[in-house]
Amino acid sequence: MTSAPAVEFQGIDKNFSGVPVLRAVTFSVAAGRTLGLVGENGAGKSTLMNILGGNLRSDHGRMVLAGQPYAPGHPTDASRRGVAFIHQDLNLFSNLTIAENIFLTSFPRLGGAPWIAQRRLHTRTTQLLHDVGLDLAPDTPVERLSTGECQLVEIARALSVDARLIILDEPTTSLSARETDALFALLRRLQAQGIALIYISHILEHVRQLCHDVVVLRDGAVVAQGTIATFSTAALISAMVGRSLTQLYPTRHGAATGEMALEVKAVSQPGIVRAIDFTVRRGEVVGMFGLMGAGRSELARILFGLEPHASGEISIAGQPLAHADARRRIEHGLAFVSDDRRHDGLCLHASIADNLALVSLRSHARGKFKLIDRTGWQRAISRIREAVRLTAKANDDQPVQTLSGGNQQKVALGKWLLMSPAVLILDEPTRGVDVGAKFDLYQLMLDLADRGSGLLVISSEIEELIGICDRILVMSQGEIRGNFRRTEFNRETLLTAALPRETQT
Amino acid sequence: MSDAATARSWRATAARVLFSDYFVLWLCVVYVAVVAPFTPGFLTLENAGNLLATLLPLFVVALGQTLVLITGGIDLSVTSIIGLCSITGALAMNDDTGWLARSPMAMPVGAGVMLAAGALVGGFNGTAITRFRMPPFIVTLASMMGVSGAAVWLTQSKTINRLPDAFNALGGKTTIALVIALVVGISVHVMLSRSMFGRWLYAVGHNARTARVSGVPVNGVILGAYICSGVLAAVAAILYTGQAETGSPVLGQRILLDVIGATVIGGTSLFGGRGKVLWTLFGVLFLKLVDNSLNLLSLSLFTLTIVKGVVILLAALLDSLRTRLGPADR
Repeated sequence: MTSAPAVEFQGIDKNFSGVPVLRAVTFSVAAGRTLGLVGENGAGKSTLMNILGGNLRSDHGRMVLAGQPYAPGHPTDASRRGVAFIHQDLNLFSNLTIAENIFLTSFPRLGGAPWIAQRRLHTRTTQLLHDVGLDLAPDTPVERLSTGECQLVEIARALSVDARLIILDEPTTSLSARETDALFALLRRLQAQGIALIYISHILEHVRQLCHDVVVLRDGAVVAQGTIATFSTAALISAMVGRSLTQLYPTRHGAATGEMALEVKAVSQPGIVRAIDFTVRRGEVVGMFGLMGAGRSELARILFGLEPHASGEISIAGQPLAHADARRRIEHGLAFVSDDRRHDGLCLHASIADNLALVSLRSHARGKFKLIDRTGWQRAISRIREAVRLTAKANDDQPVQTLSGGNQQKVALGKWLLMSPAVLILDEPTRGVDVGAKFDLYQLMLDLADRGSGLLVISSEIEELIGICDRILVMSQGEIRGNFRRTEFNRETLLTAALPRETQT
Repeated sequence: MSDAATARSWRATAARVLFSDYFVLWLCVVYVAVVAPFTPGFLTLENAGNLLATLLPLFVVALGQTLVLITGGIDLSVTSIIGLCSITGALAMNDDTGWLARSPMAMPVGAGVMLAAGALVGGFNGTAITRFRMPPFIVTLASMMGVSGAAVWLTQSKTINRLPDAFNALGGKTTIALVIALVVGISVHVMLSRSMFGRWLYAVGHNARTARVSGVPVNGVILGAYICSGVLAAVAAILYTGQAETGSPVLGQRILLDVIGATVIGGTSLFGGRGKVLWTLFGVLFLKLVDNSLNLLSLSLFTLTIVKGVVILLAALLDSLRTRLGPADR
């Protein structure tokens, strides 16, 4: 390489409230080459890319873009310097046309007047669509496009601003095999034009197919890098996960009993989950591991009655639920801590007390008019606060919004405690939670199991599942691909089972 | 340094005043103090009586609106419910053609019929909103048009006189109206602050998805709010009809702005999750004070409407200030 690299990271450090998420990250991407960036969830990939894209700023270190120092303060700085970001959840406006989406911030205008040059918009969009191999009219509304086509529109948008560096985050998760092939062919053409690509994916096969170089991040540090040919897939996986347990997990005292808590038989919902079969016993902590998009959260919502399922049977403590709604399932003893705390877990603007009391309100209602027994209610709230070790600084009337992520999660979990659930489903219970609060949350979960609840813990973090579970189910592409007992826990085996298999068409 | 401290304490005081339950009441006091010297006949017993008589029915309707706004909805149909209830009651009770004419039971049964009519329209609104997931604004706008049209058609646009004295007394005698409004106000207050249904209303307004995941029967709660709004509009219809001693299909037609305006001035949030009986009472009081004082100054109807518009806009501004000034919003 004679010219300067497309981008160079030099000793990038980043801390989030004292917790290091990136540590002296140093590597570079050459123009016209594709770099695969791999690592477990939480390894720091997104943080690094957010720094590159101008959403975050690094604490130390610097970036060099095509030989020039680069310190974007805002995403528009990044796009002005030719850095384009194609996100996993696509950022298109479904109500607008393809042309409008591509030129949303830079409509070609008639002279200096605020009128859109319709004809120029049309021809430029047609050209861009041709470049990405998409045979559609520029005025097609985006809502009529498939996910794969949306991806191509995003790339066309990147090309419209003359991007020299394109970052793709898990672009193939929702693409068919044919769409994936078409995407890769396009990306190879872009490489040939001298555009540099950073390709983030859990699908290591795709990384092998497309990338020249690879960088493995673990715990915020680069643990391996080089040309892809020098790594076997097994070597990549062990580089990704090869860390020893340093985090502290509470000791498990209890064990599963013989009584059945949750039984799931052949539950299917077309396009979401297929033939799901498993059980959770009372007192048992069952983990469910899988990568993003494996169908775990969707399964949790089906189990809790928030989404429908086409066939199969779900029973709690031996009682089949049929197609009962969430409220009836709660009465049967099912509890659910959603991964979407903001929308499903908490009333953010309401007080701590109101949030904690919401589920168990009925048990405090007295008489014909269902008036709340205030003293009993107050006592229950103090009891939960103590049980979940909620920060003593917070006042009962304070809106939940003002609490830290960890304390918010304690409230989201705490509201279920009073009903002593037969089965508790937790989806990513420690996401966005600091280490100290994590320990409290694990302790709380194990205590619940010791008191006879059956737990289903969904997580993308292998470590925490190994740390607290009696058994781990692995889910991938809507199916359960493995069921491992404690003695069989092994990071590599779990991750291998979780990697999507390539689908043949 | 001391400047910063002063600024902070000033800010804290401002926040305390803004967040106080009695904020709008203080506004009322200030308003009276400012306006009274220029307004002849403002501070008289007779005017106070007038003010009270017009305030009570408005307060009752606004309470229903408060419940609906807490769930994050809106009920535009309340004024048409007042008209419909007014003529159904009058058709049933009047001394000439009513099936309850001259019956000793005319007053209680007639009032019951009116309440049932209100509940029916509210139930229709609530069902359309929850079962068919239609936006409250459109549903209640449509039922406002349909119901007020039906009310006019039912009476061929005539008013109905000769109602039983016992019935007219309910709204016409301010003391009785006061007792009714007090009973309604206290019941709604207890329901909101002490009952399970009340807590559920706030939860649904804050975040309906979380409420559903927490086992709250969200649809039932929303339906309940609209039925309550319909019934409270019917209570207001009883008071208004009694005051006028006449059943009219267009009764209360012009108070929609006052109902929603007063509720919002009181501090109930249009975005749901926030609202109290006391707030609405003060909001109604403030709006009525403005109304009444401008009337006494014999300003034209247009001026009055302009001033009310400005006042409501200021209330909305205060609402957004409250949300911005501190985390202590509720």
